[in-house]
Amino acid sequence: MLEIKNLHARSEDTEILKGINLSVAAGEVHAIMGPNGSGKSTLAHVLAGREDYEITEGEVTYDGKDLLDMEIEERAAEGVFLAYQYPVEISGVSNKYFLKAAINSIRKHNDQPVISRSDFVSMLKEKLALLGMDKSMMDRSVNEGFSGGEKKRNEILQMAMLEPKLAVLDETDSGLDIDALKIVSEGVNALRSPERAIIVVTHYQRLLDYIVPDKVHVLAGGKIVRSGDKSLALELEDKGYSFLNEGSEAVAAS
Amino acid sequence: MSSENALLEEYAQREYEHGFVTDIEADSIPAGLNEDVVRLISEKKNEPEWLLEWRLKAYRHWLTLEEPNWHNVKFPPIDYQASVYYSAPKQKPKLNSLDEVDPKLLETYEKLGIPLEEQKVLANVAVDAVFDSVSIVTTFRETLEKHGVIFCPFSEAVHEHPELVKKYLGSVVPHSDNFYASLNSAVFSDGSFCYIPKGVRCPMELSTYFRINAQNTGQFERTLIVAEEGSYVSYLEGCTAPKRDENQLHAAVVELVAMDDAQIKYSTVQNWYPGDSEGKGGIYNFVTKRGACRGANSKISWTQVETGSAITWKYPSVILQGDNSVGEFYSVAVTANHQQADTGTKMIHIGENTKSTIISKGISAGVGQNSYRGEVKIMKNATNARNFSQCDSLLIGDRCGAHTFPYIEVRNTTGKVEHEASTSKVGEDQIYYLRQRGLSTEDAVNMIVNGFCKEVYDVLPMEFAVEARKLLNVSLEGSVG
Repeated sequence: MLEIKNLHARSEDTEILKGINLSVAAGEVHAIMGPNGSGKSTLAHVLAGREDYEITEGEVTYDGKDLLDMEIEERAAEGVFLAYQYPVEISGVSNKYFLKAAINSIRKHNDQPVISRSDFVSMLKEKLALLGMDKSMMDRSVNEGFSGGEKKRNEILQMAMLEPKLAVLDETDSGLDIDALKIVSEGVNALRSPERAIIVVTHYQRLLDYIVPDKVHVLAGGKIVRSGDKSLALELEDKGYSFLNEGSEAVAAS
Repeated sequence: MSSENALLEEYAQREYEHGFVTDIEADSIPAGLNEDVVRLISEKKNEPEWLLEWRLKAYRHWLTLEEPNWHNVKFPPIDYQASVYYSAPKQKPKLNSLDEVDPKLLETYEKLGIPLEEQKVLANVAVDAVFDSVSIVTTFRETLEKHGVIFCPFSEAVHEHPELVKKYLGSVVPHSDNFYASLNSAVFSDGSFCYIPKGVRCPMELSTYFRINAQNTGQFERTLIVAEEGSYVSYLEGCTAPKRDENQLHAAVVELVAMDDAQIKYSTVQNWYPGDSEGKGGIYNFVTKRGACRGANSKISWTQVETGSAITWKYPSVILQGDNSVGEFYSVAVTANHQQADTGTKMIHIGENTKSTIISKGISAGVGQNSYRGEVKIMKNATNARNFSQCDSLLIGDRCGAHTFPYIEVRNTTGKVEHEASTSKVGEDQIYYLRQRGLSTEDAVNMIVNGFCKEVYDVLPMEFAVEARKLLNVSLEGSVG
């Protein structure tokens, strides 16, 4: 589903991604781990299309299409979803209105009719229950005054409602206590499906106890330095990221 | 960041959809202003002597005045002799039914989305259609008459209800009030008159739709609304004008009087032609609006959505005379392209336990300049008066400006005045977030801006809120690319 080849990206004068190669198939969950500043979040945002980055080399194929050639909203409409590490507040716009507008924008792009009121309401009810969220949250302004945990849950709710093909979760575990982490993980696990690929970006192994990945990649200095199965995450927890510096290949964490 | 600038630069282009001209024969007087013109206008309207005298008094006073210069807007000097002060479409002097109205006029209103045939009209809204200097037609009059509500063109009220007009005309905005109000008092041509008798809750929304059509013509209308004891009325006002390269002057006066326990809700959606993207043309909207809460427990609310005009200069105000009376001002003012706005309110607390609320939302884009100017005055006898003001500004792009000029004067130690202000920018991160969820950039900006205005939309009558939302979206079209 997703094929990243030799991807280089820079922000202003700093090269952050220095040749990423990654292949993610539908139905798989990949974890991307790495120390701070390794380029994990940059990779997530480059996939979503954030305009602060310049792609200097490489290519990204998504569902057979050139992802880098697509507008941000086009990527979203084609099924790319990013759960933000820092969700943005939109004052005066209710969560419910926002969700409906997002669903209908994506439907419009795909030549589908707008969602009916009853379909929307029943879907929302189901997803709220899945994430243990109160429906009163829907009348509040998007992320405004939400606690850290509420924001993260709200991201997963959006993911559940938008049913993406490729979901990228950027540090979804940060700022969550253990209970919230469990609930959010259950929400994500419920969305695992043979048609969907999920990339989980995280600093800690903890999240991977709950969302068990098929593959784990270690990103350091803008490159994937190691890949393996879930045992790699445990090894990292055990040894920390310092072992990366001891390898034969000296990798400078930027 | 350059991408953001490029994004926001495009904020400048927008299409004004009401810019067409109706080709209709008009009865216009030559340009210029002097006592004879004032007399001529009065004569055309067959006015009683007292009204002519009142006009002349205003005109003579106007001659002694100078244009105000304290506002934060800039424009070249206006040549008051170059403007036409009266223009009316030619038609039969007295219309008995809508069938006799020139179809071209009906078409014009149809095109503006204001059908005047009663069966087509939006449920429960009576409309007075004012075209240049005269009122064309007023719908639902019979229904209203059954409830004792008078809703008619101002010029007609002068003849049919002279005692009411004489009693209240100039009682809130005197003929000597300010430069533009004095000018209006001298040359006003028509407008709407509403009278809600004691204890009556007006059964439908009343509305006036103002249309400027003729070239080089000023529109000077006057609206007077009197709500007797225990009555209620909701009044809506809409405005449009053709696209023209010259600036046109619109200097209106609105007076509201609310007696004991009466309530007036006055809503405006102002969409005068704003000028083109270079700042050429557009309406100078210099308007004096004031309400008097004369009676105890009375309430006056002003809600305005100002999206049009090259320059907006208006301060809908409330004089809180009656004890426990309430004044409210909710405003959204948009300045895109080269538009300028200096708008706000005055809340004058005179009675005890009087309360006022001010919510002002200014949106600036392009090189638009948006100023909030508000005065809260608590007089000596206004024990326990309270005011809450909130002024928020939203900037789109980095070439526009937002300014706030609050004046507060408290002469009674029990007074309580709160003022909150904020300025924010439509953030690139917000747009990115919404686009990641599938919205186009334009929809994202509209969503952010509409969210910003929510508190004001919430108090607009439903049909107006929908229109306001659409208008705002059109105003900001192309502002972000």
